[in-house]
Formats: sequence, structure tokens, C-alpha cells
Amino acid sequence: MTTHAHWTAVCSQNKLVPDSGICALIDDQQVALFYVKKEQAVFAIANHDPFSQANVLSRGLIGSKGDNLFVASPVYKQHFCLKTGRCLDDETTQIQTWPARIENGLVEVFF
Amino acid sequence: MSKTKLVIAGNGMVGHQFLQSLADSGRLHDFDVTVFCEETRLAYDRVHLSAYFSGATAEDLAMGNADTYRNWGLTVLTGETVTGIDREYKSVTTDKGRELSYDKLVLATGSYPFVPPVPGHDRPQCLVYRTIDDLDAIAAAAKNSKIGTVVGGGLLGLEAAKALTDLGLETHVVEFAPRLMAVQLDNGGGAMLRQKIEALGVKVHTEKNTQLIDAGEQCFHKMNFADGEVLETDLILFSAGIRPRDELARQNGLEVGERGGIVINNVCQTSDPSIYAIGECALWNKQIFGLVAPGNQMAKVALSHLLDGSDSFTGADMSTKLKLMGVDVASIGDAHGNTPGSRNYTFVDERAEVYKKLVVSEDGKILLGAILVGEAEQYGTLLQYMLNGIHLPEYPDTLILPNRGDDKQTGLGVAALPETAQICSCHDVSKADVRMALDSGCCTLADVKGATKAATGCGGCSALLTDLVNHELEEMGVEVNRDLCEHFPYTRQDLYNIIRIEEIHSFDELLEKHGRGHGCEICRPAAGSILASCWNDYILTENNVSLQDTNDTFMANMQKDGTYSVVPRVAGGEITADKLIVLGQVAKKYNLYSKITGGQRVDLFGARLEQLPDIWQELIDAGFETGHAYGKSLRTVKSCVGSTWCRFGVDDSAGLAIDLENRYKGLRAPHKIKFAVSGCTRECAEAQSKDIGVIATEKGWNLYVCGNGGMKPRHGDLFATDLDRDTLIRYIDRILMFYIKTADRLQRTSVWMENMEGGLDYLRQVIISDTLNLAEELEQQMDHVVDTYQCEWKTTLEDPQALKRFRHFVNSDAPDSNIVFVEERQQIRPATPQEKAEIQAEPIKLVS
Repeated sequence: MTTHAHWTAVCSQNKLVPDSGICALIDDQQVALFYVKKEQAVFAIANHDPFSQANVLSRGLIGSKGDNLFVASPVYKQHFCLKTGRCLDDETTQIQTWPARIENGLVEVFF
Repeated sequence: MSKTKLVIAGNGMVGHQFLQSLADSGRLHDFDVTVFCEETRLAYDRVHLSAYFSGATAEDLAMGNADTYRNWGLTVLTGETVTGIDREYKSVTTDKGRELSYDKLVLATGSYPFVPPVPGHDRPQCLVYRTIDDLDAIAAAAKNSKIGTVVGGGLLGLEAAKALTDLGLETHVVEFAPRLMAVQLDNGGGAMLRQKIEALGVKVHTEKNTQLIDAGEQCFHKMNFADGEVLETDLILFSAGIRPRDELARQNGLEVGERGGIVINNVCQTSDPSIYAIGECALWNKQIFGLVAPGNQMAKVALSHLLDGSDSFTGADMSTKLKLMGVDVASIGDAHGNTPGSRNYTFVDERAEVYKKLVVSEDGKILLGAILVGEAEQYGTLLQYMLNGIHLPEYPDTLILPNRGDDKQTGLGVAALPETAQICSCHDVSKADVRMALDSGCCTLADVKGATKAATGCGGCSALLTDLVNHELEEMGVEVNRDLCEHFPYTRQDLYNIIRIEEIHSFDELLEKHGRGHGCEICRPAAGSILASCWNDYILTENNVSLQDTNDTFMANMQKDGTYSVVPRVAGGEITADKLIVLGQVAKKYNLYSKITGGQRVDLFGARLEQLPDIWQELIDAGFETGHAYGKSLRTVKSCVGSTWCRFGVDDSAGLAIDLENRYKGLRAPHKIKFAVSGCTRECAEAQSKDIGVIATEKGWNLYVCGNGGMKPRHGDLFATDLDRDTLIRYIDRILMFYIKTADRLQRTSVWMENMEGGLDYLRQVIISDTLNLAEELEQQMDHVVDTYQCEWKTTLEDPQALKRFRHFVNSDAPDSNIVFVEERQQIRPATPQEKAEIQAEPIKLVS
């Protein structure tokens, strides 16, 4: 059975940590949520780090490389683009991303 | 075409160089190579032999490697010596009865230590100093000895003396000549060297002719000198020069010199054109070359001839620079002024114990030789003047006079060097070679070192090489970019000064005023560290939290599976039974894997993020505080138990360690900092391998700085001796704050020291003589950090806002199902991916 994706409310906005990440459990999936202050935007990517096989990307440092916003894995430091999930150090690796937004004080992920 | 059968007798440093050059030439496949190595060990670095007693192992010294040799396709026979040559049938025989024919034979048999035929020289505990086996014998003999004596005050003798002091013996040096290092130094230089070495506790006896060694009364031996004096000693090391190992040549009719040595021509052939001799066994133009650089040169020349090349050996410069027991000594060219008409300049500073002499040509234009004792920074420059015949400046004395105030150093610009100038004598690297390396793509000093091997031998040329590389890079228009990252066009040191001077308290302010973009995983933690070093605010404030690596964010050390380890502070490694029990109880309650750390505390592994606050609440209730094992900050002050309990201790090392740890705990720095304090010279706390090491003496505390274990071990430098407690702490305050101010990001103190212009002496000037007028400021900065210390875990537990991040999911209390442990040796460990798959396929009770 499949269900259509829809905007899912995850948590209240004040749970976000500016310029840093938190992790949410949505439908048994671990989703890392990052709030980038300068952009006033929230990003949702998979929490699973494909290099270390640990669920830790929400605990990485964020930053920018040129125009790309990224999170650096806290384990082996690979960079993942917050918008596309592409690994900036290894073209063959990409992780899942989801649209995310803040709506009425709630963080919502299109899941 | 059949291969040339090549036999090499000897696998010392020069024998190894020959094989290395052969491999580098790409012509290995043309030869069928057999190497005989008399020792059971393949070639090792004899030049740095004394390092064996200051921590280096046989592996550290090794040069030849069985796997490498095998890959090169060589047949290497260790513990086997060539004992005969049949020149007519072109074959060699060995002590194992082997017979092997050759087309070409290379003798690289080296030399043996000369033992004067004094009656009693063959008594037990009379040893020599040449091989690692010798060293093992010396170490064994030293165990039952209090006093050791070296016969011979030359270069090797003083190296041997260092070995004896490292073994903890009262050390004497007995020299026949009126001064130390008679070949390389004049009377003035020899006297200064003697003064410095005696200050280090070595007793020097010159003009002593040993006539008899017999049984002593207090010691094992008594040495009887021609002048009627006697010296009692437990151990004697002969280091009275070397003699070439030429017996093979002698027995088989090859020409040898009157006083030994296998005669060779300019292509290193002996009187039999099928036989070459290289290194210390060879005699060229009636000279034996007892240094490794000319030996390496011979190896290359012999190989070149074998490969139909045109290299020739035309003698070698015997200039040397070395550090004897921490004393810099250098001798260049005609140091004794034997050239007719030569003139001298000398400079003596008896207080600083520095002696320098220049020998110049009659017209004062050419440098003929030089002697430097106590300070040898100018060695590279002077050597280039001498080797290249570069005209001296109008006032040559400026080359050796101290550089005071704003004088411009009268160094030799590297631009002035000719292309042929030899930069590195150990590996025969010229200026042209360095330029070629840069042209072919090297763009850093490290690249050039890797490509040319320059400055990787004795290291005497490293300053010159650095200058040359920087100069050439500048000439090529390469700008050396030292910016921290793309967000800040500044070095870490620049950012430190900006933050200090402009009193910046947040990353956002720093980025807005001086940077661009969003920052990154390089500049964020760097700025976080600087902010903490300067202002010491709580690291998890809203401003600071996004700058912290995950370890700092959660104040624990993340492991490979995303769990954390917890390390409470155990200052000085001293812990009460009650606290030890609490550690055990906490480990048991939360089922944590327990391991004792190298820093004398306990690491508890396998804590999930959401368990950290509960674990810490229990630890803090029991009186623990955070150990900062997660931070680039002070880790531990390791200590031995000290004079309170130990029979040998001379001071309370554990007490000092606890005080030091409590003073500097929480201090954030460019990298982690480790201390240790030993209560006596036995050094059980291994303080010399730490960033800051302190060793008790009868008169106070000796301070060692910038040591390191880890990937690239470095012994700490002795910074100051016999300090009282207050001075010690003031010096450490200043050194650490100066390190924080001037080091690069993630640069340990060892590398910081290696890269510091002026090195240890400069650091002493800044810290002790206060030449930069910084001491008071540095102390105040440290006082601020000490006064504002807080246990970050205690603060966090009192702050509900900070605590909200300590759960895996923001919207669920479930743990991370990916964390799975299995049991091993009665404790947990992370499951491997395969084990996880099995466990998930067949669910069993998981550890919660």
C-alpha cells in the first residue's frame, strides 16, 4: 500500500537549533533537520551517514562551500549538500532529502 | 641477455644507499643481486644511534626493509659474512660455507671501532659503540653500573657519552688530545664545548693516556693514566676512532693503504676493475671518509659506473653540524686555518657560552672555514659561502656577530647561490634539484622534501631549504595562501588577534565584520576555540552552540556507531575508593564498556545521547566534574606517585600534577594539551612525551615543552631547570597562552615548536627574558581563564534549554534502533554490520 506524500508536522519551530541540526522520526525514518539562520530556511535530509553507517548527520556542523550549503558528517567529515543530498566529496553518493518549511510555528516535512 | 651477477658485501647505511640508488635507477631487472649482511638486522641509521637510549627503537632506526628488498627482487642473506674472494674464478665464499660467483662485486664492509691495545682492554664491561647489538650490551652492562667512561672525546665519543647519560650513569670522557673534538675544533671551540658539556654533568679528562685497566676498589674497573692519575669506573666504552674493514681486500691481493683502507679510483673501482669499494672501507686519495654523505656519494658513483654513467668521486666536504647533548657544534672546511696566509675572526660570549670563528683568505674575500659552538644557525649560510667561493660581505664579522635590535641579519640571500650549490649534503641535493622539483609540480616545502629527500637526513639544511623554497615560490609568483578557509581571508593567528583586540564575542559578529558565506566545519570550531580561549564563556550558549564539533556539543566523545564515551576528570590520576566505586556503579547501571585511558582515568563507552544527562547527574552528585576529553583543551596531567610513597621520589609529583590539572582544566587551545609530572629522573610519568612535562630535581622542577607521543613522537625540549613552583606555573601560563596566540589551527605544540622561527631559544627569550614585553599580558589572560572555570556538565544539567538537545529524536523518546551491542570479554561492544543483520533476522534480547 502506498500513501501520497503530504506536509507532515514534525515539531514546533522552537525545537530547532539555529545553524545546527536535530533529528526527527517520521514514519520510522530518521530525518535530520537543519535551520540556517541567514536563509531563515529549514532543510530535511536523511540522518543516516552512508560512510560510517551511523545515524548521526543531524549532529554535524553546517557551513557553505561556494553557493552550496552543507552539513559535514561528524564521523569522517564528508560534506552533504543540504538542498540536494549530494556528497560534495564523492559524486557517486547521494542521500535522500525532503522539502521542509516552517508553517504557523511548526516544522513541516513533505513526506 | 643474461643478467649481471652483482654481489654486495655489506648492508650498512652506504650499502643500503647503493641498493636504493639501483632501485631508483629503474635498472634492477638488469641485475641478479645478492646482498650479504653480517648483522642480523638490515641497514639502520648509525648516525642517530644514541636516539636508541632516548626512546627510539630498532624499528625507528631501520633503513633497509626485508619486504622492500624482496619487492626489488634482491636476495638478501642476513647474519652471513663474505670471508673470501676468488678473483680468478670471480666467486665469493662466506662464513656459512656458501660459494657464489659474481660478475661485479661491491665491498661496503664499513669500519670497526678501534680499541687501543691497552692491557685490560678485553676485561668484561669494556665495550664499543657501533651496532645495535653493542647498544644492547651497553644497556645490559649499565644496569649494574653507576659510573661509565668513554675513551675518546671525538664526535662519536661524545655521542657515546650522551648514550651513557641517557642510561642514567655518571659519565666521564677521557681524551688523549688536549681538547674535545680535536679534528673539528680549535682550542677555543673545544674549551667552550667542554664547558657546556661539563655543565650538563659530564666529567671531561683531557691529555689522558690510558696505560692499564685493572680491577677497581669502589668500581669494577680502575683506569691508570700515564700521568699517575686513576679513574674508577664500572663501564668503559671505547670510541677512539674507526678502522676500515679491509681484511677481505688485504687477503686477496687488492691494493690497500699503508694505514688501511681499500684503495679506489675516481669511479670507486679497487685495483681489480670488477670489484668496487664504497663507504668507510674505501680509501680515496689517501683519505678515509668517516661520514655518511661521502659514502652515499661513493655509492652513487659506483652505481653510475656500473650503469655506464659518467659520475665520478672527487672528494667530499667534511663539514659537519651536529647537536651533542643539546649543544650545537659545527665545523666547516679549513677550521684550523691551515691555508697559508689565512686570517681569523673570532667571537666569544662566555656568558651565553657561544664560540664562533671564521677563517678567511688573506684578502678577506673568501671563506675558508668556520667553527661554531653553542649556536650554529649560520651553518647553512657559511657552508654555502665556503663551498661556492661566494665573495664575503665587506665586514665578514657580521656573519658571526649577534644580531641585536633592528639590525638586518647579514644572511646570504638564497638568490645569490649558484645553481650547483649543494643544499643538502646527506642526499646530495643541489639548488637546481630543488628548482626542478618545484618546476615539476611541487608547491610546498613538504612536497620538495618528499621529492628530493633534502633535509631528511641530518636536517642541518632545513632552514636553508625553507628559505630557498619560499624564495623560489615567490619568484614563480605563487602566493602561499594561509587563509583559514574560504570564509575568512585570515590566518588563525590573525583571527585570534582580531577577536582579542575588537573584543568580538560571537561568530556572527566575526563573520559579518570580517568574513563571508555561512562559515564551515573549519572556521566554526576554530572561532569557537578562540572565543573560548579568550573569553571562556559557556560553550553551549545560543551564540556558541553552532560552532562546536559534535563532541563539544554533547560534551562526550562520539564513537563509530554514534554512541558516546564519557570521561570524568581524575586530576593527576588520583582517585578515592568511593569515587572509583561510583564509576563502577555507573558503568554497571548503564552497561557501559570500561577502559582505563593512557591519561590515568576511566573511559566509559557505549552511552546513548539521551543517557548522557542521567549519567552525568550521577557522576556530578558523586563529586566528579567533566574531563574535557572531548575538547581541544587540557586533557590530563599524568603523574607518578612521587616522593610521598616512592622510595626514589624527590618531590611530590602527584600533588603538583593535581594542582596543575586544576589550574588549567577547561583551557581551550588550538589542539589538545597533555601534561605529565614525574617525581624523579626515572620519569615514570613519561613527561618528556607531553606538551608540558615536569620532572622533579633535588633543587626544584625541570620543565620540558612541546613533546608528543602519537603519530609523530617528539621528545620535549628542556626549557628551564630547577624552577620553584611559582616560577614554573608562571612559565607554563605564558607558554600556553603564547601557544594559543600564535599556533595554527589544530597544530600541536610539537609542530608549533618545529615551525617556530628561532625555535627553543626564541621561545625562551619570549617567555623568560620577555623580549616581546608580553609576559604580564599572557599571565593576565591565563588568570582570566582560570578564574572563570566552570564544569560545563554542571552548567548544562542546570539549564533545561541546553538539555533539550540530549535526545535522539526531537519528536519521540525512542532510542536509535541502529545502535546494537554484542558481548565480548564480559563487556559490550558495537555489533558489526553482519552481526546486526543476524540479530535483526532473529531477534534476541537487546541490551537496553
